[in-house]
Amino acid sequence: MTTKDGAKRGTTRRGALATLAGGAAAASLPLWARYTHAQSAEPIRIGFQVHRTGIGAAYGRWYDRTTQAVVEKINAEGGINGRPVEIIAEDDGTDPKRGAEVVEKFANQHGCDIAFGTLFSHVVIGSAPRAGELKLPYFVVSEGHHVASGMLNRYTLQPGITDVKSQVQAMAPYVAGNLGKKVTMIFPDFAFGHDHRDYFTDAIEAQGGQVLAHIAIPPTETSFTKYFPKIPRDTEVLYHVMVGPAVLTFVKELGEFFGPSAPALFGFIDSLEAVDIASPGLEFLEGSYFWEGNPRYAQSDQTIYDKAYREAVGVDGNGASVSDPKDVSTYAHMFGCWETLYVVKAGMEAAGYQAPADRGKLIEAVEAMTEMPEGYAHPQGAKLFNGKTHQVFGHQYISQVKDGRLVRVHTTSIDDGAYPDEVDYTKHPL
Amino acid sequence: MEFGPHLMLAVLEGAVTAAVLSLTAVGLSLVFGVMRVVNVAHGEFFMLGAVLAWWIAGAFGGHAALGFLAALVVAPLAVGAMAVLADIVILKRIGYDPERTIVATIGLLYILQQVTLMSYGPEARPVAAPFNTRLALPWVEWGEAGPALYWPWGLSITSYKLAVIGAAVAVLVGVWAVMTRTRIGLVMRATQLDRDMALAFGIPVERVYALVFGFGAALAALAAVLIVPISQAHYLMGGDPLLLSFIVVIIGGLGSLPGTVVAALLIGLSDGVISVFFSPTLAKILATLLVALVLVFRPQGLFGARAA
Repeated sequence: MTTKDGAKRGTTRRGALATLAGGAAAASLPLWARYTHAQSAEPIRIGFQVHRTGIGAAYGRWYDRTTQAVVEKINAEGGINGRPVEIIAEDDGTDPKRGAEVVEKFANQHGCDIAFGTLFSHVVIGSAPRAGELKLPYFVVSEGHHVASGMLNRYTLQPGITDVKSQVQAMAPYVAGNLGKKVTMIFPDFAFGHDHRDYFTDAIEAQGGQVLAHIAIPPTETSFTKYFPKIPRDTEVLYHVMVGPAVLTFVKELGEFFGPSAPALFGFIDSLEAVDIASPGLEFLEGSYFWEGNPRYAQSDQTIYDKAYREAVGVDGNGASVSDPKDVSTYAHMFGCWETLYVVKAGMEAAGYQAPADRGKLIEAVEAMTEMPEGYAHPQGAKLFNGKTHQVFGHQYISQVKDGRLVRVHTTSIDDGAYPDEVDYTKHPL
Repeated sequence: MEFGPHLMLAVLEGAVTAAVLSLTAVGLSLVFGVMRVVNVAHGEFFMLGAVLAWWIAGAFGGHAALGFLAALVVAPLAVGAMAVLADIVILKRIGYDPERTIVATIGLLYILQQVTLMSYGPEARPVAAPFNTRLALPWVEWGEAGPALYWPWGLSITSYKLAVIGAAVAVLVGVWAVMTRTRIGLVMRATQLDRDMALAFGIPVERVYALVFGFGAALAALAAVLIVPISQAHYLMGGDPLLLSFIVVIIGGLGSLPGTVVAALLIGLSDGVISVFFSPTLAKILATLLVALVLVFRPQGLFGARAA
């Protein structure tokens, strides 16, 4: 039923836009000729593990739209190795146990070539071991440090989105240099939040700053004022990152708590993903700073790649759906789906992927990748893939709220987010 | 934050929780007291109230207060009507048998939750508060020049949160007046005391049951409409109120209205204070522990007249 839903949504006029954009891009592709050598017309089946329900639903909705858009574009460009791509979507309920079951279904019931998709770190951590046992390549779009930390396995890769450790390390110099050195952190109390807690604390100390207090909030919490008195009085910067259905309440109550005398605010846009910055009660955010994986508002120097990507997915210049300006996207994360599927395409073509027997070759082909230049396949910016840690590194953006819009004020270099390898997955058996 | 202002903030936050909780729990307690039905779907009636409030508030243009007021009236009525229907269609058919009603209301819980997921969707959606001004609160400091007022950082409440507390008190007084001062309340109490005798005196017990079930659900929905401008409508939001309501009703005594209100205050305030000073998890642990102690040492609850 879910697949049918997805397919139906994919055939709206967004589809037509994607096809147009795809057609234009396809004309410039030099690899057309090889598609005629495809040995099978069977589609490449990609199991798409998606948060349709549960606390990740807003992300799931937009991961789905992005995935539908990029698959239409890839198919319009001739598919992968001359074969069309078919997405088989399954809801994981933002639940680790269900996540593992979904991975199992992809491998054993749907006959998928690979699994792909999910965001929330606990779902990834719950699902990856099963993918490893099934030897099913599992491409995650999750941000967590669990891939590069060596916690997972050779079959789990994160080639389309940077990890939290890299993100916060790149943010720390800007925070310490421009906002203040005494930081209090508020983060969700699960793996993703713990990555923030551990790596930002180290990173800000390396900049001569210190974290005064760590405030962990359960991701299912619905009322937040009770946590805020724990913020020490001498806090110069409040670092906040929150997820789940109650993020709007979180930010609103933050504003109500501080009133006119707030410390500098530095947030990860996760606290406001899928939420309109112009919502009533959020006026206090004016002038505050956010990390953005990809700038939600079209910037004055918008690239042609971002423009094409926005059009294909159906996002307007304010980061909302073109058909409903109240439906705000998860723009800072969902580009990861787009870029990951282009990496899958490049990997399968380099490996000459034909059937599930070639899954090992696909892993090796992706591990061999390094530089990924900015382009239609990588609209967020250039990236550098590390085959040993299965993690990609890229640029990060810092935006400031000005007149109710997020305006980019700083772009980090890829090196700002680099750190020594913690694992070499290529030494693990295939 | 200093201890005094911190405690005051904790008490204020706890009072908002207690206000909403007492409305929800009174609904649950009423249904159990009169009908002897453990309504596991009570939390979903709460959720429906919030979701309908979003829907109704969205249908009204103009000032936010207009849509909210409409929601305040229409959502509890609609949810109450739905509950009356559920009573007639389901509970009456299984003869209000205690075991079967539990299973039936569990089924109802899933039906309501999943239908909401299929129609309303998995998103959390906000409803604008009719008014919402931040009120900074002063605190007294004993300086060298005697007591002086100052405004500590973060010590504040919003006018809307105060209004929620006020509205809950007003509704509870209304419920008490209905139960003790009106004919319908008399009929309900008669049914509660002795169903067979009430029937013998010509009280249409089945109609009273349907009415009580609807009234209980409407109270939950009203609580949800009050809280939704603070915490948004979401299809899974019914879980916590259900659990807390059960805790409150067990501590207060099943079927006892004053007991329910006192227990709601106790749980709401302790939840506020403990989660501010220690951790929200500890607050839940202590509440559950309290339930266990009450069940062991005073199974009828603090205010319960007889063993349930």
